[in-house]
Amino acid sequence: MSVELQEKGRELKSGINEIFTDPDADRARAFFRNKSRALKPKLSTVEEVVKTMIRDGDYIAIGGFGANRIPTAIVHEIVRQRKKNLGFAGHTSTHDFQVLSAGECFNRCDIAYIIGLEARGLSPNARRYIESGKVKLTEWTNATLSWRIKAAAMGLSFMPARNILGTDTFKYSGAKEIECPFTGQKYAAFPALYPDFAAIHVHECDIYGNCHLYGSSVSDQDLAKASKRVVITAERIIPNDEIRRNPEATFIPFWCVDAVIEMPYGSYPGNMPYEYFSDEEHLKEWLRVEKDPDDLKRFLDRQIYGTKNFYEYLELNGGIEKMKKLRAIELLTNGK
Amino acid sequence: MSDYNPMELMICVAARNLEDGATVVVGTGAPCAASMLAQKLHSPNLCIMFEAGGIAPILPAMPISVGDSRTIHRAIMASSMPEIMETCQRGMVDYTFLGGAQIDMYGNINSTMIGSDHAKPKVRFPGSGGANDLASLCWRTMMMTVQDAKRFTANIDFMTSPGYLKGGNSRYEAGLPKGTGPYRIITNMAIMGFDDETKWMKVLSINPGYARQDVQDNCGFELLWADAIGETEPPTDDELRILREEVDPHRYIIGR
Repeated sequence: MSVELQEKGRELKSGINEIFTDPDADRARAFFRNKSRALKPKLSTVEEVVKTMIRDGDYIAIGGFGANRIPTAIVHEIVRQRKKNLGFAGHTSTHDFQVLSAGECFNRCDIAYIIGLEARGLSPNARRYIESGKVKLTEWTNATLSWRIKAAAMGLSFMPARNILGTDTFKYSGAKEIECPFTGQKYAAFPALYPDFAAIHVHECDIYGNCHLYGSSVSDQDLAKASKRVVITAERIIPNDEIRRNPEATFIPFWCVDAVIEMPYGSYPGNMPYEYFSDEEHLKEWLRVEKDPDDLKRFLDRQIYGTKNFYEYLELNGGIEKMKKLRAIELLTNGK
Repeated sequence: MSDYNPMELMICVAARNLEDGATVVVGTGAPCAASMLAQKLHSPNLCIMFEAGGIAPILPAMPISVGDSRTIHRAIMASSMPEIMETCQRGMVDYTFLGGAQIDMYGNINSTMIGSDHAKPKVRFPGSGGANDLASLCWRTMMMTVQDAKRFTANIDFMTSPGYLKGGNSRYEAGLPKGTGPYRIITNMAIMGFDDETKWMKVLSINPGYARQDVQDNCGFELLWADAIGETEPPTDDELRILREEVDPHRYIIGR
Protein backbone atom coordinates (compact mmCIF):
# COMPACT_ATOMS: atom_id res chain seq x y z
CA MET A 1 0.00 0.00 0.00
CA SER A 2 1.01 3.56 -0.60
CA VAL A 3 2.80 5.18 2.28
CA GLU A 4 2.66 8.92 2.03
CA LEU A 5 4.97 11.01 4.12
CA GLN A 6 4.40 14.56 5.14
CA GLU A 7 7.63 16.48 5.34
CA LYS A 8 8.25 20.21 5.19
CA GLY A 9 4.66 20.59 4.05
CA ARG A 10 5.39 18.65 0.89
CA GLU A 11 3.90 15.27 0.21
CA LEU A 12 6.40 12.58 -0.71
CA LYS A 13 4.88 9.65 -2.56
CA SER A 14 5.75 5.97 -2.73
CA GLY A 15 5.21 3.39 -5.42
CA ILE A 16 2.74 0.72 -4.34
CA ASN A 17 4.29 -2.44 -5.74
CA GLU A 18 6.57 -5.02 -4.21
CA ILE A 19 10.35 -4.82 -4.19
CA PHE A 20 11.38 -8.41 -4.86
CA THR A 21 14.98 -8.22 -3.62
CA ASP A 22 16.66 -6.98 -0.45
CA PRO A 23 18.30 -3.56 -1.00
CA ASP A 24 20.12 -3.62 2.36
CA ALA A 25 23.78 -2.73 1.82
CA ASP A 26 25.10 -4.29 5.03
CA ARG A 27 23.49 -7.63 4.28
CA ALA A 28 24.98 -7.40 0.79
CA ARG A 29 28.40 -6.69 2.32
CA ALA A 30 28.02 -9.69 4.61
CA PHE A 31 27.45 -11.82 1.52
CA PHE A 32 30.33 -10.31 -0.44
CA ARG A 33 32.63 -10.66 2.58
CA ASN A 34 32.45 -14.40 2.07
CA LYS A 35 32.60 -14.40 -1.72
CA SER A 36 35.86 -15.95 -2.94
CA ARG A 37 38.51 -13.57 -4.24
CA ALA A 38 40.80 -16.42 -5.21
CA LEU A 39 42.44 -16.33 -8.64
CA LYS A 40 41.51 -19.92 -9.34
CA PRO A 41 40.32 -21.79 -12.43
CA LYS A 42 36.53 -21.61 -12.71
CA LEU A 43 35.78 -23.62 -15.82
CA SER A 44 32.43 -25.34 -15.58
CA THR A 45 29.54 -26.61 -17.67
CA VAL A 46 26.12 -25.19 -18.40
CA GLU A 47 24.42 -28.15 -16.78
CA GLU A 48 26.49 -27.89 -13.61
CA VAL A 49 26.12 -24.12 -13.29
CA VAL A 50 22.35 -24.14 -13.61
CA LYS A 51 22.08 -27.12 -11.26
CA THR A 52 24.29 -25.69 -8.53
CA MET A 53 24.11 -21.91 -8.86
CA ILE A 54 20.35 -21.38 -9.31
CA ARG A 55 17.82 -22.53 -6.74
CA ASP A 56 14.09 -22.45 -7.36
CA GLY A 57 12.84 -19.09 -6.11
CA ASP A 58 16.09 -17.22 -6.78
CA TYR A 59 16.10 -13.80 -8.40
CA ILE A 60 18.04 -13.82 -11.68
CA ALA A 61 19.24 -11.33 -14.28
CA ILE A 62 20.45 -11.91 -17.82
CA GLY A 63 23.15 -9.75 -19.39
CA GLY A 64 23.17 -8.28 -22.86
CA PHE A 65 20.21 -6.73 -24.59
CA GLY A 66 17.43 -9.23 -25.21
CA ALA A 67 18.63 -10.73 -28.48
CA ASN A 68 22.09 -9.17 -28.49
CA ARG A 69 25.02 -10.75 -26.67
CA ILE A 70 22.86 -13.02 -24.52
CA PRO A 71 23.93 -16.20 -22.70
CA THR A 72 21.41 -18.35 -24.56
CA ALA A 73 22.81 -21.69 -23.35
CA ILE A 74 22.16 -20.74 -19.72
CA VAL A 75 18.66 -19.45 -20.52
CA HIS A 76 17.82 -22.72 -22.30
CA GLU A 77 19.24 -24.82 -19.49
CA ILE A 78 17.09 -22.97 -16.93
CA VAL A 79 14.09 -24.07 -18.99
CA ARG A 80 15.48 -27.58 -19.57
CA GLN A 81 16.07 -28.14 -15.85
CA ARG A 82 12.56 -26.76 -15.22
CA LYS A 83 13.58 -24.14 -12.70
CA LYS A 84 10.51 -22.56 -11.12
CA ASN A 85 9.31 -19.52 -9.19
CA LEU A 86 12.27 -17.39 -10.15
CA GLY A 87 12.30 -13.64 -9.88
CA PHE A 88 13.43 -11.97 -13.09
CA ALA A 89 14.92 -8.60 -13.98
CA GLY A 90 12.99 -7.74 -17.16
CA HIS A 91 15.69 -5.26 -18.06
CA THR A 92 16.32 -4.95 -21.79
CA SER A 93 14.87 -8.44 -22.07
CA THR A 94 13.39 -9.68 -25.33
CA HIS A 95 14.27 -13.18 -26.58
CA ASP A 96 15.57 -14.20 -23.14
CA PHE A 97 12.23 -13.19 -21.63
CA GLN A 98 10.42 -15.09 -24.37
CA VAL A 99 12.35 -18.31 -23.65
CA LEU A 100 11.93 -18.09 -19.87
CA SER A 101 8.21 -17.34 -20.37
CA ALA A 102 7.89 -20.42 -22.56
CA GLY A 103 9.30 -22.44 -19.66
CA GLU A 104 7.07 -20.61 -17.15
CA CYS A 105 10.19 -20.29 -15.04
CA PHE A 106 9.45 -17.08 -13.15
CA ASN A 107 6.57 -15.85 -11.02
CA ARG A 108 7.65 -12.27 -10.32
CA CYS A 109 9.19 -9.70 -12.61
CA ASP A 110 10.72 -6.26 -12.39
CA ILE A 111 9.61 -4.71 -15.64
CA ALA A 112 11.50 -2.32 -17.81
CA TYR A 113 10.72 -3.89 -21.18
CA ILE A 114 9.03 -7.27 -21.56
CA ILE A 115 7.04 -9.31 -24.09
CA GLY A 116 8.35 -7.47 -27.13
CA LEU A 117 11.22 -8.27 -29.49
CA GLU A 118 11.62 -4.66 -30.61
CA ALA A 119 11.11 -4.23 -34.38
CA ARG A 120 10.26 -7.95 -34.71
CA GLY A 121 6.96 -7.65 -32.86
CA LEU A 122 5.46 -9.02 -29.64
CA SER A 123 5.77 -12.57 -28.32
CA PRO A 124 2.26 -14.07 -28.24
CA ASN A 125 3.17 -16.58 -25.55
CA ALA A 126 5.01 -14.17 -23.24
CA ARG A 127 1.98 -11.92 -23.53
CA ARG A 128 -0.38 -14.77 -22.56
CA TYR A 129 1.87 -15.58 -19.61
CA ILE A 130 1.82 -12.00 -18.31
CA GLU A 131 -1.88 -11.44 -19.03
CA SER A 132 -2.70 -14.69 -17.15
CA GLY A 133 -1.97 -12.96 -13.84
CA LYS A 134 0.46 -15.74 -12.82
CA VAL A 135 3.36 -13.29 -12.59
CA LYS A 136 3.69 -10.55 -9.99
CA LEU A 137 4.65 -7.34 -11.76
CA THR A 138 6.48 -4.26 -10.55
CA GLU A 139 7.05 -1.46 -13.08
CA TRP A 140 10.39 0.22 -13.60
CA THR A 141 12.23 1.53 -16.66
CA ASN A 142 15.48 0.79 -18.46
CA ALA A 143 17.36 3.62 -16.75
CA THR A 144 15.76 2.80 -13.41
CA LEU A 145 16.87 -0.83 -13.48
CA SER A 146 20.31 0.22 -14.74
CA TRP A 147 20.60 2.56 -11.77
CA ARG A 148 19.19 0.02 -9.29
CA ILE A 149 21.93 -2.34 -10.46
CA LYS A 150 24.48 0.49 -10.35
CA ALA A 151 23.48 1.30 -6.75
CA ALA A 152 24.19 -2.33 -5.84
CA ALA A 153 27.47 -2.26 -7.78
CA MET A 154 28.43 0.76 -5.66
CA GLY A 155 27.52 -1.08 -2.45
CA LEU A 156 24.63 1.26 -1.69
CA SER A 157 20.98 0.68 -0.84
CA PHE A 158 19.44 3.20 -3.24
CA MET A 159 20.05 5.64 -6.07
CA PRO A 160 18.34 9.00 -6.60
CA ALA A 161 17.30 10.03 -10.10
CA ARG A 162 15.05 12.48 -11.94
CA ASN A 163 12.98 10.18 -14.16
CA ILE A 164 9.54 8.53 -13.69
CA LEU A 165 8.25 11.16 -11.22
CA GLY A 166 4.54 11.92 -11.59
CA THR A 167 3.70 8.88 -13.75
CA ASP A 168 1.86 5.58 -13.33
CA THR A 169 5.21 3.91 -13.93
CA PHE A 170 6.26 5.44 -10.59
CA LYS A 171 2.94 4.56 -8.93
CA TYR A 172 3.23 0.86 -9.85
CA SER A 173 6.94 0.69 -9.01
CA GLY A 174 8.56 0.28 -5.62
CA ALA A 175 10.26 3.69 -5.81
CA LYS A 176 9.92 6.49 -3.28
CA GLU A 177 10.15 10.24 -3.60
CA ILE A 178 12.86 11.93 -1.56
CA GLU A 179 14.23 15.42 -1.20
CA CYS A 180 17.84 16.30 -1.81
CA PRO A 181 19.36 17.26 1.57
CA PHE A 182 21.42 19.97 -0.16
CA THR A 183 19.06 21.59 -2.67
CA GLY A 184 15.57 20.47 -1.70
CA GLN A 185 15.11 19.06 -5.21
CA LYS A 186 12.60 16.23 -5.40
CA TYR A 187 14.05 12.92 -6.61
CA ALA A 188 12.84 9.40 -7.20
CA ALA A 189 14.80 6.97 -5.01
CA PHE A 190 15.34 3.49 -6.43
CA PRO A 191 16.22 0.52 -4.23
CA ALA A 192 19.49 -1.21 -5.01
CA LEU A 193 19.05 -4.46 -6.93
CA TYR A 194 21.34 -7.30 -5.84
CA PRO A 195 20.37 -10.33 -7.98
CA ASP A 196 21.05 -13.83 -6.62
CA PHE A 197 22.36 -14.92 -10.01
CA ALA A 198 23.44 -13.32 -13.27
CA ALA A 199 24.61 -14.84 -16.54
CA ILE A 200 26.60 -12.67 -18.96
CA HIS A 201 27.90 -13.58 -22.40
CA VAL A 202 31.18 -12.00 -23.49
CA HIS A 203 33.66 -12.26 -26.32
CA GLU A 204 36.69 -13.48 -24.39
CA CYS A 205 37.41 -14.64 -20.91
CA ASP A 206 40.29 -16.38 -19.17
CA ILE A 207 39.80 -19.39 -16.91
CA TYR A 208 39.65 -17.10 -13.85
CA GLY A 209 36.80 -14.97 -15.18
CA ASN A 210 38.64 -11.90 -16.45
CA CYS A 211 36.56 -10.71 -19.38
CA HIS A 212 36.85 -8.76 -22.59
CA LEU A 213 33.60 -7.50 -24.01
CA TYR A 214 33.14 -5.48 -27.18
CA GLY A 215 30.28 -3.34 -28.41
CA SER A 216 27.57 -1.77 -26.27
CA SER A 217 27.93 -3.02 -22.73
CA VAL A 218 24.35 -2.25 -21.61
CA SER A 219 24.46 -2.68 -17.78
CA ASP A 220 26.77 -5.65 -17.66
CA GLN A 221 29.72 -4.20 -15.80
CA ASP A 222 27.45 -3.12 -12.96
CA LEU A 223 25.47 -6.38 -13.18
CA ALA A 224 28.64 -8.43 -12.68
CA LYS A 225 29.44 -6.42 -9.55
CA ALA A 226 25.89 -6.33 -8.18
CA SER A 227 25.05 -10.03 -8.49
CA LYS A 228 25.82 -12.55 -5.78
CA ARG A 229 26.66 -15.39 -8.17
CA VAL A 230 27.89 -14.75 -11.72
CA VAL A 231 28.50 -17.09 -14.61
CA ILE A 232 30.31 -15.93 -17.72
CA THR A 233 29.79 -17.68 -21.04
CA ALA A 234 32.42 -16.68 -23.57
CA GLU A 235 32.87 -17.04 -27.29
CA ARG A 236 36.51 -17.93 -26.57
CA ILE A 237 38.65 -18.81 -23.58
CA ILE A 238 41.88 -16.85 -23.80
CA PRO A 239 45.15 -17.23 -21.90
CA ASN A 240 45.60 -15.12 -18.79
CA ASP A 241 48.63 -13.57 -20.54
CA GLU A 242 46.30 -11.85 -22.97
CA ILE A 243 44.48 -10.22 -20.09
CA ARG A 244 47.74 -9.09 -18.48
CA ARG A 245 49.11 -7.74 -21.77
CA ASN A 246 46.23 -5.27 -22.02
CA PRO A 247 44.77 -4.67 -18.56
CA GLU A 248 42.86 -1.58 -19.74
CA ALA A 249 40.62 -3.90 -21.70
CA THR A 250 39.52 -5.99 -18.71
CA PHE A 251 35.81 -5.30 -18.53
CA ILE A 252 34.85 -7.65 -15.70
CA PRO A 253 37.52 -8.79 -13.19
CA PHE A 254 37.82 -12.32 -11.85
CA TRP A 255 36.54 -11.67 -8.34
CA CYS A 256 33.07 -10.92 -9.65
CA VAL A 257 32.90 -14.26 -11.41
CA ASP A 258 32.03 -17.71 -9.99
CA ALA A 259 32.03 -19.85 -13.12
CA VAL A 260 33.33 -19.67 -16.69
CA ILE A 261 32.05 -21.61 -19.69
CA GLU A 262 33.43 -21.54 -23.22
CA MET A 263 30.43 -21.27 -25.49
CA PRO A 264 31.16 -20.40 -29.12
CA TYR A 265 28.10 -18.93 -30.87
CA GLY A 266 26.67 -18.67 -27.37
CA SER A 267 24.47 -15.69 -28.16
CA TYR A 268 22.68 -17.53 -31.00
CA PRO A 269 19.97 -16.85 -32.20
CA GLY A 270 20.90 -13.43 -30.90
CA ASN A 271 23.42 -11.05 -32.37
CA MET A 272 27.04 -11.00 -31.14
CA PRO A 273 28.82 -7.78 -32.12
CA TYR A 274 31.77 -8.33 -34.47
CA GLU A 275 31.06 -12.11 -34.51
CA TYR A 276 27.67 -13.00 -36.01
CA PHE A 277 24.31 -11.39 -36.62
CA SER A 278 20.98 -12.54 -35.20
CA ASP A 279 19.15 -15.39 -36.94
CA GLU A 280 16.04 -13.50 -37.94
CA GLU A 281 14.43 -16.56 -39.56
CA HIS A 282 14.68 -18.57 -36.37
CA LEU A 283 13.42 -15.68 -34.24
CA LYS A 284 10.45 -15.38 -36.62
CA GLU A 285 9.84 -19.11 -36.18
CA TRP A 286 9.63 -18.59 -32.41
CA LEU A 287 7.02 -15.86 -32.89
CA ARG A 288 5.11 -18.01 -35.36
CA VAL A 289 4.89 -21.19 -33.29
CA GLU A 290 3.88 -19.21 -30.22
CA LYS A 291 0.55 -18.29 -31.78
CA ASP A 292 -0.71 -21.80 -30.99
CA PRO A 293 0.16 -23.28 -27.55
CA ASP A 294 0.27 -26.81 -29.05
CA ASP A 295 2.71 -25.72 -31.74
CA LEU A 296 4.83 -24.06 -29.08
CA LYS A 297 4.84 -27.23 -26.98
CA ARG A 298 6.05 -29.30 -29.95
CA PHE A 299 8.62 -26.64 -30.79
CA LEU A 300 9.97 -26.57 -27.22
CA ASP A 301 10.07 -30.36 -27.06
CA ARG A 302 12.17 -30.42 -30.21
CA GLN A 303 14.37 -27.37 -29.60
CA ILE A 304 14.96 -27.35 -25.83
CA TYR A 305 13.56 -30.31 -23.86
CA GLY A 306 14.54 -32.74 -26.62
CA THR A 307 18.07 -31.44 -27.06
CA LYS A 308 20.79 -32.50 -24.65
CA ASN A 309 22.58 -29.18 -24.74
CA PHE A 310 23.15 -25.95 -26.64
CA TYR A 311 25.38 -27.65 -29.25
CA GLU A 312 22.53 -29.93 -30.27
CA TYR A 313 20.31 -26.89 -30.55
CA LEU A 314 22.87 -25.18 -32.82
CA GLU A 315 23.10 -28.30 -34.99
CA LEU A 316 19.33 -28.53 -35.18
CA ASN A 317 19.17 -25.00 -36.55
CA GLY A 318 21.80 -25.19 -39.23
CA GLY A 319 25.06 -25.74 -37.38
CA ILE A 320 28.29 -24.30 -38.69
CA GLU A 321 26.81 -23.55 -42.14
CA LYS A 322 24.23 -21.29 -40.52
CA MET A 323 26.88 -19.68 -38.35
CA LYS A 324 28.96 -18.86 -41.43
CA LYS A 325 25.96 -17.11 -42.97
CA LEU A 326 25.30 -15.12 -39.81
CA ARG A 327 28.95 -14.17 -39.59
CA ALA A 328 28.85 -12.86 -43.16
CA ILE A 329 25.80 -10.74 -42.36
CA GLU A 330 27.50 -9.36 -39.26
CA LEU A 331 30.74 -8.53 -41.04
CA LEU A 332 28.93 -7.14 -44.10
CA THR A 333 30.81 -9.65 -46.22
CA ASN A 334 27.74 -11.38 -47.61
CA GLY A 335 27.81 -9.36 -50.81
CA LYS A 336 24.56 -7.55 -50.02
CA MET B 1 5.02 16.80 -56.50
CA SER B 2 5.42 13.07 -56.05
CA ASP B 3 2.92 10.87 -54.32
CA TYR B 4 3.89 9.89 -50.82
CA ASN B 5 2.34 7.86 -48.04
CA PRO B 6 1.58 9.04 -44.48
CA MET B 7 4.67 7.34 -43.02
CA GLU B 8 6.91 9.11 -45.54
CA LEU B 9 5.33 12.45 -44.67
CA MET B 10 5.75 11.94 -40.93
CA ILE B 11 9.39 10.90 -41.31
CA CYS B 12 10.18 13.90 -43.52
CA VAL B 13 8.48 16.34 -41.14
CA ALA B 14 10.28 14.82 -38.15
CA ALA B 15 13.63 15.07 -39.92
CA ARG B 16 13.14 18.82 -40.46
CA ASN B 17 13.06 19.27 -36.68
CA LEU B 18 16.52 17.80 -36.15
CA GLU B 19 19.14 20.50 -36.60
CA ASP B 20 22.82 19.97 -37.22
CA GLY B 21 24.91 19.46 -34.12
CA ALA B 22 22.00 18.28 -31.99
CA THR B 23 21.84 15.00 -30.09
CA VAL B 24 18.93 12.58 -30.43
CA VAL B 25 18.21 9.24 -28.78
CA VAL B 26 16.20 7.04 -31.11
CA GLY B 27 14.59 3.64 -31.19
CA THR B 28 14.25 1.38 -34.20
CA GLY B 29 11.87 2.20 -37.03
CA ALA B 30 10.55 5.61 -38.03
CA PRO B 31 12.58 7.71 -35.53
CA CYS B 32 15.78 6.11 -36.74
CA ALA B 33 14.72 6.74 -40.34
CA ALA B 34 13.96 10.40 -39.57
CA SER B 35 17.36 10.85 -37.95
CA MET B 36 19.18 9.19 -40.85
CA LEU B 37 17.25 11.36 -43.29
CA ALA B 38 18.15 14.52 -41.37
CA GLN B 39 21.82 13.48 -41.43
CA LYS B 40 21.77 12.99 -45.17
CA LEU B 41 19.87 16.22 -45.90
CA HIS B 42 20.83 19.07 -43.61
CA SER B 43 22.36 17.76 -40.36
CA PRO B 44 25.48 15.74 -41.17
CA ASN B 45 26.63 16.10 -37.59
CA LEU B 46 23.40 15.09 -35.94
CA CYS B 47 24.57 12.78 -33.16
CA ILE B 48 22.36 9.69 -33.12
CA MET B 49 22.41 7.71 -29.87
CA PHE B 50 20.89 4.35 -28.91
CA GLU B 51 19.89 3.46 -25.38
CA ALA B 52 21.96 0.26 -25.22
CA GLY B 53 25.08 2.39 -25.64
CA GLY B 54 25.78 3.13 -29.32
CA ILE B 55 26.85 6.74 -29.97
CA ALA B 56 27.12 8.37 -33.40
CA PRO B 57 27.33 5.26 -35.59
CA ILE B 58 27.46 5.48 -39.35
CA LEU B 59 24.45 3.25 -39.86
CA PRO B 60 24.99 0.78 -42.70
CA ALA B 61 21.37 -0.35 -42.49
CA MET B 62 18.30 0.08 -40.35
CA PRO B 63 18.86 -1.54 -36.92
CA ILE B 64 16.46 -4.29 -35.79
CA SER B 65 17.28 -3.64 -32.16
CA VAL B 66 18.56 -0.55 -30.33
CA GLY B 67 21.34 -2.83 -29.09
CA ASP B 68 22.32 -4.61 -32.30
CA SER B 69 25.65 -4.35 -34.12
CA ARG B 70 24.38 -1.73 -36.55
CA THR B 71 24.06 0.77 -33.70
CA ILE B 72 27.83 0.71 -33.14
CA HIS B 73 28.95 0.42 -36.78
CA ARG B 74 31.84 2.89 -37.17
CA ALA B 75 30.51 4.65 -34.09
CA ILE B 76 32.25 7.30 -32.01
CA MET B 77 31.64 5.25 -28.88
CA ALA B 78 30.17 1.93 -27.85
CA SER B 79 29.07 2.84 -24.35
CA SER B 80 26.48 1.55 -21.92
CA MET B 81 22.88 2.12 -20.98
CA PRO B 82 23.75 4.11 -17.83
CA GLU B 83 26.12 6.23 -19.95
CA ILE B 84 23.31 7.15 -22.36
CA MET B 85 20.70 7.73 -19.65
CA GLU B 86 23.07 9.78 -17.51
CA THR B 87 23.94 11.91 -20.54
CA CYS B 88 20.21 12.57 -20.86
CA GLN B 89 19.91 13.35 -17.15
CA ARG B 90 22.85 15.75 -17.36
CA GLY B 91 20.97 17.78 -20.00
CA MET B 92 23.07 16.88 -23.03
CA VAL B 93 20.37 15.25 -25.16
CA ASP B 94 18.14 17.50 -27.22
CA TYR B 95 15.59 15.19 -28.79
CA THR B 96 13.93 11.86 -28.51
CA PHE B 97 11.01 10.10 -30.16
CA LEU B 98 8.39 8.00 -28.44
CA GLY B 99 5.62 5.71 -29.56
CA GLY B 100 2.63 4.40 -27.70
CA ALA B 101 -0.87 3.00 -27.74
CA GLN B 102 -2.51 6.09 -26.24
CA ILE B 103 -1.66 9.78 -25.81
CA ASP B 104 -3.60 12.48 -23.97
CA MET B 105 -3.91 16.27 -24.41
CA TYR B 106 -0.83 16.89 -22.25
CA GLY B 107 1.31 14.49 -24.25
CA ASN B 108 1.32 11.76 -21.59
CA ILE B 109 1.84 8.39 -23.25
CA ASN B 110 0.71 4.84 -22.51
CA SER B 111 2.87 1.94 -23.69
CA THR B 112 2.19 -0.37 -20.71
CA MET B 113 -1.32 -1.82 -20.73
CA ILE B 114 -5.01 -1.59 -21.55
CA GLY B 115 -7.38 -2.31 -18.69
CA SER B 116 -7.82 -1.16 -15.12
CA ASP B 117 -6.13 -3.94 -13.11
CA HIS B 118 -2.36 -3.61 -13.28
CA ALA B 119 -1.85 -7.10 -11.84
CA LYS B 120 -4.01 -8.66 -14.55
CA PRO B 121 -3.94 -6.45 -17.62
CA LYS B 122 -6.53 -6.88 -20.35
CA VAL B 123 -3.86 -6.22 -22.95
CA ARG B 124 -0.22 -6.01 -21.94
CA PHE B 125 2.40 -4.05 -23.90
CA PRO B 126 6.17 -4.05 -23.34
CA GLY B 127 6.11 -1.22 -20.78
CA SER B 128 8.41 1.75 -20.53
CA GLY B 129 11.66 0.30 -21.74
CA GLY B 130 13.60 3.52 -22.01
CA ALA B 131 10.56 5.60 -22.97
CA ASN B 132 9.82 7.10 -19.57
CA ASP B 133 13.50 7.87 -19.04
CA LEU B 134 13.87 9.64 -22.35
CA ALA B 135 10.56 11.50 -21.96
CA SER B 136 11.65 12.56 -18.47
CA LEU B 137 15.21 13.60 -19.25
CA CYS B 138 15.62 14.70 -22.89
CA TRP B 139 14.86 18.34 -23.64
CA ARG B 140 12.29 17.80 -26.37
CA THR B 141 10.14 14.75 -26.97
CA MET B 142 8.49 14.08 -30.30
CA MET B 143 6.05 11.43 -31.43
CA MET B 144 5.13 10.14 -34.87
CA THR B 145 1.82 8.35 -34.99
CA VAL B 146 -1.25 7.68 -37.03
CA GLN B 147 -4.07 9.65 -35.47
CA ASP B 148 -7.46 8.34 -34.40
CA ALA B 149 -9.93 9.08 -31.61
CA LYS B 150 -9.06 5.94 -29.66
CA ARG B 151 -5.35 6.62 -29.62
CA PHE B 152 -5.76 10.33 -28.85
CA THR B 153 -7.83 10.14 -25.69
CA ALA B 154 -8.37 12.22 -22.54
CA ASN B 155 -8.33 9.02 -20.47
CA ILE B 156 -5.25 6.95 -21.10
CA ASP B 157 -5.33 3.62 -19.23
CA PHE B 158 -1.80 3.98 -17.86
CA MET B 159 0.62 6.90 -17.88
CA THR B 160 3.86 5.16 -18.82
CA SER B 161 5.82 8.22 -19.89
CA PRO B 162 5.38 11.79 -18.75
CA GLY B 163 4.14 14.55 -20.99
CA TYR B 164 3.05 17.66 -19.16
CA LEU B 165 1.23 15.46 -16.56
CA LYS B 166 -1.85 17.56 -15.57
CA GLY B 167 -0.78 20.58 -17.58
CA GLY B 168 0.43 24.00 -16.45
CA ASN B 169 3.49 23.67 -14.25
CA SER B 170 2.64 20.21 -12.91
CA ARG B 171 5.46 18.44 -14.76
CA TYR B 172 8.12 20.49 -13.03
CA GLU B 173 6.35 20.48 -9.67
CA ALA B 174 6.50 16.68 -9.80
CA GLY B 175 10.28 17.01 -9.90
CA LEU B 176 10.97 16.35 -13.57
CA PRO B 177 13.75 18.52 -15.01
CA LYS B 178 12.79 22.10 -15.82
CA GLY B 179 12.35 23.00 -19.46
CA THR B 180 11.81 19.44 -20.68
CA GLY B 181 8.65 18.03 -22.25
CA PRO B 182 6.72 17.08 -25.36
CA TYR B 183 7.55 19.26 -28.34
CA ARG B 184 5.91 17.97 -31.51
CA ILE B 185 3.29 15.33 -32.21
CA ILE B 186 3.50 14.46 -35.88
CA THR B 187 0.49 12.56 -37.21
CA ASN B 188 -0.75 11.54 -40.62
CA MET B 189 -3.18 14.48 -40.43
CA ALA B 190 -1.46 17.35 -38.65
CA ILE B 191 1.46 18.68 -36.65
CA MET B 192 0.77 19.56 -33.04
CA GLY B 193 2.69 21.43 -30.38
CA PHE B 194 1.61 22.43 -26.88
CA ASP B 195 0.20 25.68 -25.49
CA ASP B 196 2.85 27.63 -23.58
CA GLU B 197 0.66 28.21 -20.51
CA THR B 198 -1.79 25.33 -20.24
CA LYS B 199 0.48 22.75 -21.97
CA TRP B 200 -2.61 21.47 -23.83
CA MET B 201 -2.08 20.01 -27.29
CA LYS B 202 -2.35 22.64 -30.03
CA VAL B 203 -2.55 22.15 -33.79
CA LEU B 204 0.16 24.07 -35.63
CA SER B 205 -0.44 22.95 -39.20
CA ILE B 206 -2.66 20.57 -41.14
CA ASN B 207 -1.27 18.05 -43.58
CA PRO B 208 -2.22 18.24 -47.27
CA GLY B 209 -5.49 16.48 -48.02
CA TYR B 210 -7.01 16.93 -44.58
CA ALA B 211 -9.42 19.51 -43.17
CA ARG B 212 -9.68 20.96 -39.68
CA GLN B 213 -12.71 18.78 -39.08
CA ASP B 214 -10.77 15.58 -39.88
CA VAL B 215 -8.11 16.46 -37.35
CA GLN B 216 -10.65 17.15 -34.60
CA ASP B 217 -12.88 14.18 -35.47
CA ASN B 218 -9.92 11.85 -35.11
CA CYS B 219 -9.00 13.12 -31.68
CA GLY B 220 -10.78 12.12 -28.46
CA PHE B 221 -10.31 15.51 -26.80
CA GLU B 222 -10.81 19.12 -27.89
CA LEU B 223 -7.72 20.41 -29.64
CA LEU B 224 -6.40 23.95 -29.37
CA TRP B 225 -5.60 25.72 -32.62
CA ALA B 226 -2.74 28.08 -33.33
CA ASP B 227 -3.69 31.58 -34.49
CA ALA B 228 -2.50 30.96 -38.01
CA ILE B 229 -2.92 27.36 -39.13
CA GLY B 230 -0.84 26.68 -42.21
CA GLU B 231 -0.67 23.67 -44.43
CA THR B 232 2.20 21.32 -43.60
CA GLU B 233 4.81 21.52 -46.32
CA PRO B 234 4.59 18.16 -48.11
CA PRO B 235 7.74 16.06 -48.58
CA THR B 236 10.02 17.51 -51.22
CA ASP B 237 11.37 15.46 -54.11
CA ASP B 238 14.79 15.53 -52.46
CA GLU B 239 13.47 14.31 -49.14
CA LEU B 240 11.55 11.47 -50.77
CA ARG B 241 14.40 10.42 -53.01
CA ILE B 242 16.91 10.16 -50.17
CA LEU B 243 14.39 8.51 -47.87
CA ARG B 244 13.49 5.90 -50.48
CA GLU B 245 16.88 5.30 -52.04
CA GLU B 246 19.32 5.73 -49.18
CA VAL B 247 17.54 5.56 -45.84
CA ASP B 248 15.05 2.75 -46.31
CA PRO B 249 15.68 1.09 -49.68
CA HIS B 250 14.00 -2.14 -48.55
CA ARG B 251 10.89 -0.19 -47.47
CA TYR B 252 10.96 -1.81 -44.01
CA ILE B 253 9.48 1.31 -42.49
CA ILE B 254 8.01 3.39 -45.28
CA GLY B 255 6.30 0.26 -46.63
CA ARG B 256 4.30 -0.20 -43.44
